Order: sequence, then structure tokens, then C-alpha cells
Amino acid sequence: MASAPCPTCSIFPRHVCRRRSRRRLASTSGATLIDALLSASAAGITELLSPYPPGWGGALLVGLLHSIEIALGATCLGLLIGTGGAYGKLYGGPVVRDLLAVYTTIVRAVPELVLILLLYYAGTDLINQALTAMGYQRVDVSGLAAGIAVLGFVQGAYSTEVIRGAILAIPQGQIEAARAYGMSPGLMLRRITLPSMLPFAIPGLANLWLIATKDTALLAVVGFYELALATRQAAGVTKAYFTFFFAAGVLYLLLSLFSNLIIGRVETWSRRGMPSLKEAR
Amino acid sequence: MTATSAASGMTAQSAAPALKHTAQDGAAEAIHVENLHKKFGELHVLKGVSLSARDGEVIAIIGGSGSGKSTLLRCINCLENPTSGIIRVNGEEIKLKADSHGHTIPADRKQIERIRSKLGMVFQNFNLWSHMTLIENVIEVPVHVLGVKRDVAISEAEKLLARVGLAEKRDVYPAYLSGGQQQRAAIARALAINPRVMLFDEPTSALDPELVGEVLKVIGDLAREGRTMVLVTHEMKFAREVATHVVYLYNGLVEEEGPPEQIFGTPKSERLKQFIRNIG
Repeated sequence: MASAPCPTCSIFPRHVCRRRSRRRLASTSGATLIDALLSASAAGITELLSPYPPGWGGALLVGLLHSIEIALGATCLGLLIGTGGAYGKLYGGPVVRDLLAVYTTIVRAVPELVLILLLYYAGTDLINQALTAMGYQRVDVSGLAAGIAVLGFVQGAYSTEVIRGAILAIPQGQIEAARAYGMSPGLMLRRITLPSMLPFAIPGLANLWLIATKDTALLAVVGFYELALATRQAAGVTKAYFTFFFAAGVLYLLLSLFSNLIIGRVETWSRRGMPSLKEAR
Repeated sequence: MTATSAASGMTAQSAAPALKHTAQDGAAEAIHVENLHKKFGELHVLKGVSLSARDGEVIAIIGGSGSGKSTLLRCINCLENPTSGIIRVNGEEIKLKADSHGHTIPADRKQIERIRSKLGMVFQNFNLWSHMTLIENVIEVPVHVLGVKRDVAISEAEKLLARVGLAEKRDVYPAYLSGGQQQRAAIARALAINPRVMLFDEPTSALDPELVGEVLKVIGDLAREGRTMVLVTHEMKFAREVATHVVYLYNGLVEEEGPPEQIFGTPKSERLKQFIRNIG
């Protein structure tokens, strides 16, 4: 009885082998984990992600589209605020400069999520209060407009500093030449300052754009239908959490890769007058 | 403006350098500066300088470093705002006012822009716009400030670039050119606005010695064809050659002025004598 060795680990005498049981336990739990994560066969995944109902792919793509819309709008608004802000900080009077300092400090100090909640709810409330005070009907501020305004406001603060730094990096002689030839401030901004500062601003602005594409996910908390919210709904309904969040991750990644491609082109174009650094090495 | 055509430039070029264009008596006053003061905070850089340039005159401003000669030139087109004094360009007085800090600033932005667009400034460090090719640099002000049609501006600019010997570099960006080439392009840019007066702020000081000659030759040709110019320079030999009138600044004041033969030949002031000896 006691003379037979254990069939699993060959340890004498025969016993209830823990190794084996542990190994078996591990393999079964791994399988259940994968099962739980995928919760469906490959065919099931394509069905889930199909762009046509009952698949949720279409919903995800609509969410992505909304995310891109918000990010584009917010970045454009941010660039406008940033250009104005940078000009104000560099050339404005003391009052303008102080106001801009307060703006950039506060926006960059408060977490974006808090700002979004604050501006979205308080902002729409404020607009409606102002409207009722002036005797107008209350309006429903569209999620898209509110999202662009809120994220643009945040982006503007960061852009202000990026663009201010880039303007400071322009060789001052080029600005001086523009002044010396009688350019008006507006013309100088359009023809000289903006194109000259671009190569110095692109890396920072590219960061801001990529952050903006992902900050759109924060708008899910106020119920704006963008990629993150679409994903959560799809996952919640189907219980295929891994599938949908993985798919959303891939969509964000594709957006970033595509952005990098465009940004690379723009940067090469903006540096057209500058010799490559490799040649100077 | 007299004698601005390319043809007169050709004849002037072939003439002996001694044959200097002289302003006729009674020629209109292109630039008039009177009792100009400039303070940078506590530093009193110009202490009451007067200067006049008639049409066709070449005024050379010389002096040691810190004498205020660049500041004087930069005050003429209000790149530096004078603290007090009168500046007339083309007979038109630049209107100045005091801002809230007590600094003097141009009172009328439109006026100062209009006056600046008649003054062709050439800088020590060229200051070509680095994001534009040479031809774009040259047409920039005619097209966007003066409202010249683009194709007209381009054909003019091509002539000007050819004139300064850069015709084949028209589509090159400034960063790919030598200092001498950049400065010649900057001169073409200044000429493109058909300036009433050319202002040169030490145009050869940032150049390697072997590149100075090519730039001086271009400036010399302009002087000989009768361009009105105010030239701040360290090149004494050149100033003597092209200037019709030399102003020696010392410590923010005009120490001595007169025709080049007198300034360089028989200087009266002790400081000027010493300055010329030191420069060699």
C-alpha cells in the first residue's frame, strides 16, 4: 500500500499530491479567466463589434466621431484663446496680464474633471439664469457645444503657455524687421509671428491635441455620448467588458497614430526654412 | 527721387569711385532730426542730436561703441521711441505722445507704419524672415504692406535679386546662405519698397572679413546712383569713399561733422583724431 510512489511527482510514498492539484487549479482558473474576459467565441466578437445592430461597432464609431468633433473644436478654440492669451501676456497691459495669469493658474491648478463638472453644470446654469433674468426662455445647451467650450477653455490655458514660449523663441530681429517695414500688428501676427513661432510650438501643441482626444472621455461623466460612454454602454449591456474596452483602446490608438502622421507632416512644413539638426551634428 | 534706374547704376559702377554723387543745393530734405534725446531708464544715450539728409545725400554716422549711433538710426523709424525731439521724414513730422508711464510713443500708428514703409532698413544681423525663401522675403512688404500685385512684385523682385547677384538663389531659404548673401538679399528686400531713404545699421559688422567686400560693393553702387542713405558703419575707408557727409558721434552728442575729406583728412576734435588713429 504505502510502497507505491506518487504517480505525479514520484515522491514516495503515495500521497495526495499538492503539486498536481495546484497545477490543475491554475489551469482551470486561467481558462475561466480567459472565458470570462472574452465571454464569447471569435465569431461572437465580430458579431458584437459589427457596425450594424445588434452589433455595437456602429455605436462605438459614432462615439469616436463625437470624440473627434469635441477634440477638434476644443483644440481650435484652445488655439484661439492660446494665441490671444500669449499675445496678452507678452504685450498686454498690467490688467490684461494679471487676468491671464489668474486664468492660466487656476485652470492648470484644478483637475480637469472638476473643471468640467463645474463649468458644465455651473456654466449652463449661469447661462440660463442670465437668459431668464433678461426675459428669455431657458435653453438646453447642446452637449457638443458645452463640451467644446469646456475643453477649449481648459486647452486655452495650456496653449497660452505653449504659444507664449514659442513666440519668445522667435529671433527678435525678424519681428523687428516686420515693424521696420511698416507692418500693422495684425499683418505681422499673420505673416511673421505665427509662421515663425510654429516650429517651436508644434511639439507642445501636438501634446495638447493628443491630450484633448483623450480628455473627451472625461465628458462621459456629464453624459455626453462619446467613445468612452459608448463603450461603457455596449460593455454594460453585453457584459463583454474586455472586448469593448479593448476595441475602444484600439480606436484611441488609431486616432493617435493618424494624428502623429498629420502632425509630422505639419512639423516638417513648419520647419521648411530651418536646416535639419542632423546636418548640424 | 533722382537717378534710381538700373541704367544709371551701370554707369555709376563703371565710373571711378571718386566720382561721387553730390546732392544739389535745394534738394528736398528727406530726413530731419532735431535735438533728439533718448534715455534707456537712467542711461542717457542721445543727448540732443540733430541730423539732416537731403535727397541724394549719403550720411555716414561713425563713432565708438556706445556712442549712440545705432540708437540714432533706430529712432528715425521709431524702432526706438525717442524720449524727446523732432523727427521729420519726407517733410512729415512723426507725431509723438507720452503713454501712461511717461514713455514717449508714436501717437498715430497708421502714420508711423506709413513712414516706415518708405524707409528701407538693413540690419546688422540681416533679419530675413526665416520661413520665407529669398523671393518671398523680397515681395513680402510690397505685396502685403504696399498692395502691389503679386506678379508685378515678383518680376521686380527677380530684377533686384539679379542686381545683388542672387538671381539663382530666389527659392532658397535664408538659413542656407552665407552671411554676405543674406545681407545682399536684405538689401534687395529694402530696395523692393522703393524707399525714400535707405537706413543701414552696421551692415557689415556681423560678416566674416572676406564677405564684407561683396556687401560694400552693393551699397557703394547704390550710393553712386544717388540713393539717399543714412549709414552707421565701422568701415572708415568705405565711409570716406561713399559718404557725402560724415557725422562723428561721441557719448550721445555730435562731436564733429562735415564732408569726408574734412572729417578724415583734417579733423579738428581731439577725440575724433584719436578715434581715427585707433581705427586705423
